[in-house]
Amino acid sequence: MPVQATHMGPITRLLTQDKNGRRLLLVIAVLAIVVPFCNLLFPAESVLHISTYTMTLLGKYLCYALLAIAVDLIWGYCGILSLGHGAFFALGGYAMGMYLMRQVGDRGVYGNPELPDFMVFLNWQELPWYWLGFDSFAFSMLMVLLVPGTLAFVFGALAFRSRVSGVYLSIITQAMTYALMLAFFRNDMGFGGNNGLTDFKDILGFDLQSDGTRAGLFIASALALMLGYVISRVITASKLGRVLVAIRDSESRARFLGYRVEHYKLFVFVVSAMLAGVAGALYVPQVGIINPSEFAPIFSIEIIIWVAVGGRGSLYGAVIGAVLVNYAKTWFTGAFAELWLFLLGGLFVLTTLYLPRGVIGLWPPLQQRWHRYRQQRDLVHQEDCL
Amino acid sequence: MSIAPKHIEQPSVLYMDGVSVSFDGFKALNSLSMCIEPGEMRAIIGPNGAGKTTMMDVITGKTQPDCGTVLFNDQHDLTRYDEAAVANLGIGRKFQKPSVIESLTVFENLEMSLRGGRSVWQALRHRLTAEQQDKLDHILALIDMTARLDTFAGNLSHGQKQWLEIGMLLGQQPQLLLIDEPAAGMTDEETMKTAELFKTLAQHHSLMVVEHDMDFIAALECRVTVLHEGSVLAEGSLASVKANDKVIDVYLGR
Repeated sequence: MPVQATHMGPITRLLTQDKNGRRLLLVIAVLAIVVPFCNLLFPAESVLHISTYTMTLLGKYLCYALLAIAVDLIWGYCGILSLGHGAFFALGGYAMGMYLMRQVGDRGVYGNPELPDFMVFLNWQELPWYWLGFDSFAFSMLMVLLVPGTLAFVFGALAFRSRVSGVYLSIITQAMTYALMLAFFRNDMGFGGNNGLTDFKDILGFDLQSDGTRAGLFIASALALMLGYVISRVITASKLGRVLVAIRDSESRARFLGYRVEHYKLFVFVVSAMLAGVAGALYVPQVGIINPSEFAPIFSIEIIIWVAVGGRGSLYGAVIGAVLVNYAKTWFTGAFAELWLFLLGGLFVLTTLYLPRGVIGLWPPLQQRWHRYRQQRDLVHQEDCL
Repeated sequence: MSIAPKHIEQPSVLYMDGVSVSFDGFKALNSLSMCIEPGEMRAIIGPNGAGKTTMMDVITGKTQPDCGTVLFNDQHDLTRYDEAAVANLGIGRKFQKPSVIESLTVFENLEMSLRGGRSVWQALRHRLTAEQQDKLDHILALIDMTARLDTFAGNLSHGQKQWLEIGMLLGQQPQLLLIDEPAAGMTDEETMKTAELFKTLAQHHSLMVVEHDMDFIAALECRVTVLHEGSVLAEGSLASVKANDKVIDVYLGR
């Protein structure tokens, strides 16, 4: 009952009320234990063995799921349809990639202890100033949060203050990620141009190719996803969350109630960008590369499709959508690669037309039917007994 | 900050003098002047396009006037504030189309309207206090929705949405209530109940009610201002306004 709920804090609410959220957290926690366990402890020929390939693939899905939560937080709850969230993901990824490049040290092809390979190749003489500090893991992790966060803050402050919303906001977010993609493609930006950053060796001294490190990254992704979910749930379950919904449903009502809509939008946009940055940072060491294609507008649109398919405005729906669509993508691009984009487009159209509440919208009616079936069965059973 | 001098002596909640607004050459408000005294209830009538909604937009900071003075409590120049700031000064606005948050419950809608805690941080840390709970119970009783607490606002009838929105206005504890066509879409019985509610509210608030329904206006038993083409055509008791030849010509019809 919402009445009592308002007396509780968001954390209490999460623990006592958010049944699906608790299920989700439980599943992720179990995965975080079982997958690395089966990978490391069972020999490759055992039935229970999970290959490193599978574990890395699942780890990638977890990062995508966190990205989907970030998008659901702004789109599902506050109605901000960002078609450029891939940009924040990619920036977080680049921050991590820069750290990993610095970890390579003199083990690159050219053996230059000062410069990454691509800079040697381009005849750079010294490290650009914006690469300074990325030798430090702590500094890099701070940048994973601050770079996407700052971009979101500046972009959001300008857009929301000028009351840019709806389709216009979607278009400028799309333009933002496109502009960043073009910029990062340029060699003289100092981020490896077209090829991006790759050939990483290790992270915090652990070999990136070893199963143990892969398992560690998988666990870190799972923990990040759980933490991202809890943060997002705390926000949405608070009065702040209800103000966000008010802004989504009736922006002028929120304004005339005295809420500064632009502050609320800015807050949630920045939080979302940071979550996306963390997702990108965990993604890069697992896939071993970051390049400007992550800024491509199509990727940002794909994120929207994940959330729409899963069901927007529930957080766990976004997780389900991200995993479902990406699993389908993995399978399809293996089997009929050229058909995938058609399928993705078709999926979006079908979801919009027939599943406005996404896959999770299918659940309540099924549940009801099951309850009715059980009631009837019990009735029949009682009659039989009589 | 300098405040434009008033042309009248007595204190007022709302003072408008020579307010003009034009959109692409069309004069929505044409040197409009009006004054609402503390604790007064005022009904505003006028044909479509007379400038009633634009006037409310100007008062609530949504529209900037081209010229003119708009003062709240004789001390705040409302043309310098935006919507949220005007709301927090103590002016509540009800729209013509009921605008409640449909995907929140009645309770959540009202809770959100309660005065104070407007910043992001306060909203994140918000807990309902006993005092606020009492206030909510009081409003729920006043708008007759105690039993509907957990209903999603989207599932309410049209009339109930109107009442919920009035309840949300009360939650803001405003000094001045601006109410746009509250009786639109209500049954006769609901209309009369609403008029009674407003008379109760007028004991503690100043009200400005825009309405077309003459029976409703009559039930309010208050001063009436007739707007026409962006300025005041007539002002006085309902009876005197009804007898005014100009009003009959442009609005009531012969």
